[in-house]
Amino acid sequence: MNPENYLYLAALLFTLGACGVLLRRNAIVVFMCIELMLNAANLLLVTFSRMHGNLEGQIMAFFVMVVAAAEVVVGLAIIVMVYRSRHSASVDDASLMKL
Amino acid sequence: MIGLLVAAPLLGAALLLLGGRRLDRVGHWLGLAASAASLVFALVLFTDLLGKDGEERSLHQHLFSWVPVADFRADVAFQLDQLSMTFVLLITSVGTLIHLYSVGYMEHDERRRRFFGYLNLFLAAMLLLVLADNYLLLYVGWEGVGLASYLLIGFWQHKPSAATAAKKAFVVNRVGDVGLSLAILLMFTTFGSFSFTHVFAGVDGASEATLTGIGLMLLLAACGKSAQVPLQSWLGDAMEGPTPVSALIHAATMVTAGVYLVTRSGVVFDAAPDAQTVVITVGAVTLLFGAIVGCAKDDIKKALAGSTMSQIGYMMLAAGLGPLGYVFAIMHLVTHGFFKAGLFLGAGSVMHGMNDEVDMRRYGGLRKHMPITFATFGLAYLAIIGFPYLSGFFSKDEIIYAGFAKGGNEGWLLGGVMLLGAALTAYYMTRIMLMTFFGEKRWQPDEAGHEPHPHESPLVMTVPMLILAVGSVAAGFVFDSGERFVKWLEPVTGLAHGDSPVSHGEVSIAATVVMLLGVGGAYLQYGRREVPAVAPAGRLLTRAARRDLLQDDFNHVAFVQTGNYLTRGLVYLDHKLVDGMVNGTAAAFGGLSGRLRRVQNGFARSYAVSMFGGTALLVAATLLMRAV
Amino acid sequence: MSTLTTLAAETSTSTGEAVQFWVLAPLAVVGALCTVLLRRAVHSALCLAGTMVILALFYLANGAYFLGVVQIVVYTGAVMMLFLFVLMLVGVSATDSLKETLTGQRWLAAACGLGLGILLLSGIAQASAGSFTGLAEANADGNVHGLAALLFTRYVVAFEITGILLTIAAIGATLLTHRQRIERNKTQREQAEERVRKGTQVTPLPAPGVYARHNAVDLPGLLPDGTPSELTVNATLRARGQVREVHAEALAGVAALEEHTARYHGQRRPKRAVTAPRGAAVTGGAEEPPATQTTQAAAGEDGAGSTGDAAAASRDAEEARK
Repeated sequence: MNPENYLYLAALLFTLGACGVLLRRNAIVVFMCIELMLNAANLLLVTFSRMHGNLEGQIMAFFVMVVAAAEVVVGLAIIVMVYRSRHSASVDDASLMKL
Repeated sequence: MIGLLVAAPLLGAALLLLGGRRLDRVGHWLGLAASAASLVFALVLFTDLLGKDGEERSLHQHLFSWVPVADFRADVAFQLDQLSMTFVLLITSVGTLIHLYSVGYMEHDERRRRFFGYLNLFLAAMLLLVLADNYLLLYVGWEGVGLASYLLIGFWQHKPSAATAAKKAFVVNRVGDVGLSLAILLMFTTFGSFSFTHVFAGVDGASEATLTGIGLMLLLAACGKSAQVPLQSWLGDAMEGPTPVSALIHAATMVTAGVYLVTRSGVVFDAAPDAQTVVITVGAVTLLFGAIVGCAKDDIKKALAGSTMSQIGYMMLAAGLGPLGYVFAIMHLVTHGFFKAGLFLGAGSVMHGMNDEVDMRRYGGLRKHMPITFATFGLAYLAIIGFPYLSGFFSKDEIIYAGFAKGGNEGWLLGGVMLLGAALTAYYMTRIMLMTFFGEKRWQPDEAGHEPHPHESPLVMTVPMLILAVGSVAAGFVFDSGERFVKWLEPVTGLAHGDSPVSHGEVSIAATVVMLLGVGGAYLQYGRREVPAVAPAGRLLTRAARRDLLQDDFNHVAFVQTGNYLTRGLVYLDHKLVDGMVNGTAAAFGGLSGRLRRVQNGFARSYAVSMFGGTALLVAATLLMRAV
Repeated sequence: MSTLTTLAAETSTSTGEAVQFWVLAPLAVVGALCTVLLRRAVHSALCLAGTMVILALFYLANGAYFLGVVQIVVYTGAVMMLFLFVLMLVGVSATDSLKETLTGQRWLAAACGLGLGILLLSGIAQASAGSFTGLAEANADGNVHGLAALLFTRYVVAFEITGILLTIAAIGATLLTHRQRIERNKTQREQAEERVRKGTQVTPLPAPGVYARHNAVDLPGLLPDGTPSELTVNATLRARGQVREVHAEALAGVAALEEHTARYHGQRRPKRAVTAPRGAAVTGGAEEPPATQTTQAAAGEDGAGSTGDAAAASRDAEEARK
């Protein structure tokens, strides 16, 4: 099997995640799509790690995971806050800054 | 020592203007003392100079560096040579006499202290002007003179006419000042310096076009200060100031500055014949212009003002003749200083006795009431018309002779013009004399019902007049005997004789004849007949001359209206074009922003789309670069 | 594990890995698609969890054993469960209508996504990543050892900083979600007084569907005249529009039952229409009582249990008033 297939898969997942971010209105789902994109990037890093025969890529993926975890914690807290005050988790409802 | 000449009146001015009311009682004496001190210094320096040989009669004093910036060096330094000395003596002596006269003349003015402060400032500025050893310092004095004249002409600022006259003098002078500043800038770019020494030394190496430019700019400056055509219009209105001021302006200070400038820059003018031609033309035109105006005016001071303009025209013409005429220009300037000061002080004395009446048609027969004034005025009158062996006779004849000596058709033309001017001078001066002192009394009660009681002025006013009368009578003879004045000035200005088609004697006879013609004409018109109290309508030329030969109308049409139209046009352009552009730009940006604002719709997902779109573009660009 | 090691150590992929890839990769893509497309957030979350597990397997296959395990434990185990918790908190079945509200957003999104995807794929296609170096050397001491050696030497600063980041995130989340109570909690008595003063529903709300056939919570109870009462259904369900309609049969059954009861009591009543106004539902009242009492009466008629509840509630209220 061509090892590039992993890369194609990662690109595909990334694109799907991006589309999800653009299309969905539920903030939590948007968040999940972002996680999907991060995971796609991780797959890419891991594959590269194997391609080049060193562990740097895995280290990077590790850091991505840690940062993603931190991001999820804060992001979800914000979503909960927004939901509390506005009773909605839709990203479109938070468009108070527009004209 | 030279610095003290300027410092004394300057200190006086500072004291009087800053001292406040506590100096009110002694202010005029203080001002007189400052002026007299300056005169004393001048006399001391004069004897000092006399003790030296002709070529070494030059003193320098370097006070301090004013603006030392790299190549640009402006010094406060004085130069006292024969030319400066002549002016210093004239300024300080006539100035002191006028100060003395003013003590009496301004006795009842509550702002007398201030008046003397301004007079001192005037003297200081004028002395600075003639003593400077470079053009920049000269410019300082030049502007100082302009400022002081503004303050003095507008001294009776409660009169709107005086305030306007002051403004007019100031504005017209500004036009000339632009010329001087341009000349100085040109000098600096051409010679890299503006000290007299460097400029005159560098003249040989400069192109004639540049020198002509400098000369014309200097001439413009001189025209402004000396009231020459085309910048002559301020002089008549300047009569709104107190009469001593008129005397000071006309005899000793302001108007002589232009002649001084041209004479001082003689080296430049000698190297620029075209500029000299223009100087001669200006002088000749002004000579006739002033004389014609002087013939028509009924206001005694304005008639004298026309006379001054005409006499300065003589000097300017002489100065334009180059070495032929410099010496005689200055000589005429000095003699003119004496008799014109005497005339103005006499006029002031007459006005003093006539409740400030200036219309000569309201005078008449004053010789019985004011004998001293009549005598001094009469002597000055004889001097100015060139009565043989009085001062004007010598100086004016020399100038006319120099005009003929120019040679060729030009010489004949100039000589003819000047002889015509001499006739006119005799005519208008005789007219003034007859209307004022002879005939029957024509004065009437003024609006308030006060009948004028003509009386002789106090001693403090008559003494200066007497001294000046002596000067008017004797100066020419003293200067001419043994060619003393010529020898004195020659080292500075140079002297040429030219080849005159007529001899000295012939010129003198011709001048005397035309003078007698002028006197006779005036006598026929004003002596034998009764002078009407109301001026007759007169012919076209008379009417025009009464309006100063339409100088103000010309200025109004040529500059004021043109300026107005130009301004309106510019305002229109500004509104339509500049504002249109600016507002249009603003409106365009406003509209564009209004459209672009829609992009900021507040929806996070729209922003996300633009983010991803941007990313896609970046990736595409990267791939494209790799592909290429 | 040893087989996995040898697998990843090889410079080319084995047939086994190819099979694994071709089986799992489509599943991962389908999971991702479902994440994006399913209307219910819970479904999305579950699909994403599945995709992540598959990705964990791919990590393992690529020799990243530590990351594979972490992916399962942290991502699938912790993060996704956190998502689910928040989903539950915010509202489980808040379905996202897929109807687009922003004009052109869908087309733009599709264009961007498609463009980005094509570009990425073509970029990868251009790259010459033909073969693996393999991790045999790097993983010689074991993957975890190798990672640890790097992490605690070269990347120690970054590691410490991420530790700080995590701490800050934890504190931040606590701060964000923490609500400080500014005023004192209202006592029960105060609440009761307030309700009476405002004149809102004083008694407990009536119970939901009595004649239900399934889980009765989402079926409205019926008023004495047979009208379904919205009040009886939970507000959340009402807000979500998940209230089920009472069938016509049930309504007919109520009418029949009532008639039967009336006959039993020997009283004749005029037959009432189901749509009759509420005021007409009063039994034997000379004057018209207020609406709340009507409801109470209706509840009393509807069933003994609810009547008891209502009586208890009114007793509470009366005590509160005393």
